[in-house]
Amino acid sequence: MTGALAAEWRKLRTLAGPGWLLIGLAVLTAGLSAVVAAAVHFQQGGGQDPTALSLSGVDLGQAVAAVLGVTVVSGEYGSGMMRLSLAAVPRRWRLLAAKAATVAGITLVAGALGVAGSWLAGRLLLAGNGFTAGHGAALLPFTEGTALRAELGSILYLTLVALLGLGLATAIRDTAASVGVVLGLLFVVPVVASLVHDVTWHRLLQQVAPMTAGLDVQATTRLGGLPLSPWAGLGVAAAWAGGALLLGGLRLELTDA
Amino acid sequence: MSADLRDFSRLVRSEWVKLRSVRGWRIGLVAVVVTTVLLAWAGAAGSHSGYCAGSSPSTTRCYTGHPPVPTGPDGEAVADEFFFVHRSLPGNGTITAEITSLSGVTAVNGVVAASPGGSPPTRPLLAPWTKAGVILTAGTRPGAPYAAVTATGAHGVRWQYDYVHDQAGLPGSVSRRTPRWLRITRRGEVVTGYDSTDGVAWHVIGSTRLPGLTSRADVGLFATSPLSFVLRQSGTTTLATARFDHVATTGTVSGAWRSTAVGSNTFYPAYSSGRARQTAQSAEGASFTVSGSGDIGPDPGGGPLGGNSQQQQVIPLLVGVLVLIVLAAGFVTSEYRRGLIRTTLAASPRRGRVLAAKAVVIGLASFVVSLAAALIALPLANHVLTANGNYVMPIGTGTEARILLGTAGLVAVMAVGVVGLGTLFRRSAAAVSLGVVLLVLPTILGTVLQGAAGAWLFRLTPAAGFAVQQAIPAYAQVSYPYDALNGFYPLAPWAGFAVLCLWSALALGLGALALERRDG
Repeated sequence: MTGALAAEWRKLRTLAGPGWLLIGLAVLTAGLSAVVAAAVHFQQGGGQDPTALSLSGVDLGQAVAAVLGVTVVSGEYGSGMMRLSLAAVPRRWRLLAAKAATVAGITLVAGALGVAGSWLAGRLLLAGNGFTAGHGAALLPFTEGTALRAELGSILYLTLVALLGLGLATAIRDTAASVGVVLGLLFVVPVVASLVHDVTWHRLLQQVAPMTAGLDVQATTRLGGLPLSPWAGLGVAAAWAGGALLLGGLRLELTDA
Repeated sequence: MSADLRDFSRLVRSEWVKLRSVRGWRIGLVAVVVTTVLLAWAGAAGSHSGYCAGSSPSTTRCYTGHPPVPTGPDGEAVADEFFFVHRSLPGNGTITAEITSLSGVTAVNGVVAASPGGSPPTRPLLAPWTKAGVILTAGTRPGAPYAAVTATGAHGVRWQYDYVHDQAGLPGSVSRRTPRWLRITRRGEVVTGYDSTDGVAWHVIGSTRLPGLTSRADVGLFATSPLSFVLRQSGTTTLATARFDHVATTGTVSGAWRSTAVGSNTFYPAYSSGRARQTAQSAEGASFTVSGSGDIGPDPGGGPLGGNSQQQQVIPLLVGVLVLIVLAAGFVTSEYRRGLIRTTLAASPRRGRVLAAKAVVIGLASFVVSLAAALIALPLANHVLTANGNYVMPIGTGTEARILLGTAGLVAVMAVGVVGLGTLFRRSAAAVSLGVVLLVLPTILGTVLQGAAGAWLFRLTPAAGFAVQQAIPAYAQVSYPYDALNGFYPLAPWAGFAVLCLWSALALGLGALALERRDG
């Protein structure tokens, strides 16, 4: 397993793509958070959650995380590298585990940088837009309990999205189709859910869609109105990632590369 | 046919053969139609509607279906709920009134109605489009043709008729020291509105013909007050109270003053059905205090006002867009991956033309499948929604055609843009993710960034193109959260579409430039 891990790490380190994606993940997450923090204004009775607002960049960062997860695998299928990788590590579940562990590790680091940058931008910009203690809407300190949960949860969410991409790409193998399916699950399902007016169905869709459920972990106010409790929501995202990895593993185990 | 054109049509044909002969792409095109129709059906089948109405807990009854939504003279959904003190005006005549005060309150706890059991707590608030004045209607049926000269909370005196028409009269607010004199005259089917600051010097605001004005016409005083969105995003009901002096009628006016709560059973959320009291009667005219809640005007629908906007029925096509984005990206990048691009470029050394042919084939294929999907999904969803008791906002044939064709155009232009991105990056991951993020992320961020900042997203990003799907126009004379979440966009339908076209042209141009400059 150590050998497999080392091999995956070397591949990631020496390819240009993943490096740029990791930088993009951190920069785009922090960057979009900063733009949102600069543009949003406090509204009385608007139900805004300053901590969740300061982490808005995760909406964009997740797309980069998904692409990272997908391309690490689909790139190997595209170039035929996968056959070499399997020749070197014939135990297929072990190969998948090594890839998952490497991708998870680097996404955690890039996600942490992005989330830290997001919080910093929120700290600098939100108070100027009316998010002050006087309005009862100040940004919570970085280490405060619920804020810490939102921040760590966001980093974990980005990691889970990368794993979702990795699992689906292992199952689908084609880059374009895999990216389409992951981004569809993340972005399009919530928009389609907004179409359903029936309260029960609407809530159910929000509870099972990986993005709406997973990002519940960012909430620090009005927790009672969430489709799921924060950690349960992240659990749904984890279930999606786990299911995708399982599906990918089965395809890897049962069919030739 | 010139040689150039023949060459290009040959290129288009060969690209079409490529698209047609790959099984995955064929399946993709069919999947666009199937998934859109299935999702539209499922969304509609999952929406059921019911409501409860009654004046006290013991008499409240619940119904399936939706409360009545009146339809205006032009077939549009309208709000028509106000308190009316009126006399019959079978022929020509005039009504004059001096409005000396206009005040209002709003329910604190959202969309609630007063009941005989008690009144929900209120606080003072005069909504900008609170209305009280003189009105002439073709009967008290909700949705009847009318014309009114009305004082408003914050928009001065207005001349309004048949729900969608609105013209400004005297500016300024109403008070005892700055009263407003209002007058309507009827001559056959022609109705004219006047205002004055002193009841001596009158000035015409506007005039119109109201076809269908018969002996059933009524003339009188009214008060109504619409939902306010100041305290809550979901709206709070309001109640207006107006004082009228020097109320006088001339001409064929007949019968005594009567009071009617017009449209009190309709859908529009009201604080109470209102009331009126005659406070004096002298040689100079009568005095009345009238209070009312509701609105007379076009209904923007959706959100706090209920009703399904028809543009929602084409939202499922987003899944189809995703399939087409994947397909468009793969159409270009797979040639790079397999080295086919060298053969393609050898067969046609004019590289820009190859890209143009690909764009034409993808654009046309996307347009045709999206139009087919929308043509099936929209009527199907409308039918299922109506059968489930939901209210579907009526729109004109022109608007419906614009939504169907515009939606198909939106998808086609998007797919063409992705062909450009695919050529530029030669990587499907970049083309697909950029395409999806640029189209969908603004919608998600728009719900976070409410207000002005969110509106800019729908002016500048490719998501501006969604404006072409807007079913109901934003009315200046109705306060409403006109944002993307409720289906309203800052740009005019085709202007928004043009923004998307510019983005796609940019992507295609950059792709063509890259193709010319580099080696394949």
